[in-house]
Amino acid sequence: MQMDWIMGLVGGAIIGLGAAAYLLINGKIMGASGILGGLVDGSGRDSFRERLFFLAGVFIAPALIVMFRGGIETQATTNVLVLVVAGLLVGVGTRIANGCTSGHGVCGISRLNLRGIVATVFYILAGGITVVLFRHILGVI
Amino acid sequence: MKRELYALFAGGLFGVGLFISGMTETDKVQGWLDVFGQWDPTLAFVMGGAIIPMFFAWRYTNNRQPVLGGDFPAKPDPKVGRNLIIGSTLFGMGWGLAGLCPGPSIASLSYGGWPHWLFFAAMISGMIFAPRFRERLDSMVPAE
Repeated sequence: MQMDWIMGLVGGAIIGLGAAAYLLINGKIMGASGILGGLVDGSGRDSFRERLFFLAGVFIAPALIVMFRGGIETQATTNVLVLVVAGLLVGVGTRIANGCTSGHGVCGISRLNLRGIVATVFYILAGGITVVLFRHILGVI
Repeated sequence: MKRELYALFAGGLFGVGLFISGMTETDKVQGWLDVFGQWDPTLAFVMGGAIIPMFFAWRYTNNRQPVLGGDFPAKPDPKVGRNLIIGSTLFGMGWGLAGLCPGPSIASLSYGGWPHWLFFAAMISGMIFAPRFRERLDSMVPAE
C-alpha cells in the first residue's frame, strides 16, 4: 500500500513519456478519447492506420505484461446497468468535451491550456460527487 | 509505415504506464474520487508524473518540427464553451460510476474480464451517438 504512490509516479512518468513521444515524433496530441473517437465516427479517416496502431499498443503492452508476469485482480462492478450507463456517459461526454484524462489532463494541463485545466476540474468534481452519491447515499457502487 | 510503428511504440508506453500506475484498477480510481470515504491519493501522483515529461516536451516544440515532419498542434482557442463543461461533467459522472476512462478501458481489455468489455462497448456506442447529441445541444441553445 505504501508502494502505491511510487508506482503511481513511475507509471505516470511512463504515460508522460508516451505522450511526449507521440507529440515530438508524430506531432500529435495523445488523447485516448480523440484517437478512438476519430476511428469510431469516421472523423479521423486521414490518420486511420496511425490511430489503429496507437490503440493496438495500448491494448497489447498490458496484455504482454499480464501474460509474463501474471495479472491483477480486477474490481470492476458486475452491475450491468451501471457499466452500460457509465460507458455511454464516458463515450458521449469525452466527445462533447473534446478530450478526457489523457488529452485534457495530461496534454492540456502540461501546456498550461485553460480548456484542459477547466475540463479536468469539472470531470474530477463530477466524478467525486457521483462516487459520494452512488456509494455513500444510494449504495449502488 | 514509420508513423504507424512510432504510434505503436507511444501507445505501448501509454499502456504500460496505465497498467503500472493503477489507472486500470477501478477501485483505485474510485478511491481517488471518494473524498468522504477511504481517500486514495495515488492518482494525484500519476497525474503529476505524467505532466512533468509533457511540460518539457511542450517547451521543446517551440520553433521546431515533429521528427516525422508536419507541424505541432496549434495552440487551441482558450475559450471555455458550454460543450466543454457539459461534456466534462458527463464524462466525470461515468468515470466515477465505473472507475474507468477511455485509455485504461482499452489497456485493461485483455485482463479485465467481461465488465471491461461491456463498458468498452457502451463507450463506443456513446462515441457513435455523440455527434447527434452535440447537434441537439446546439439546437436547444444557439452555439456560443
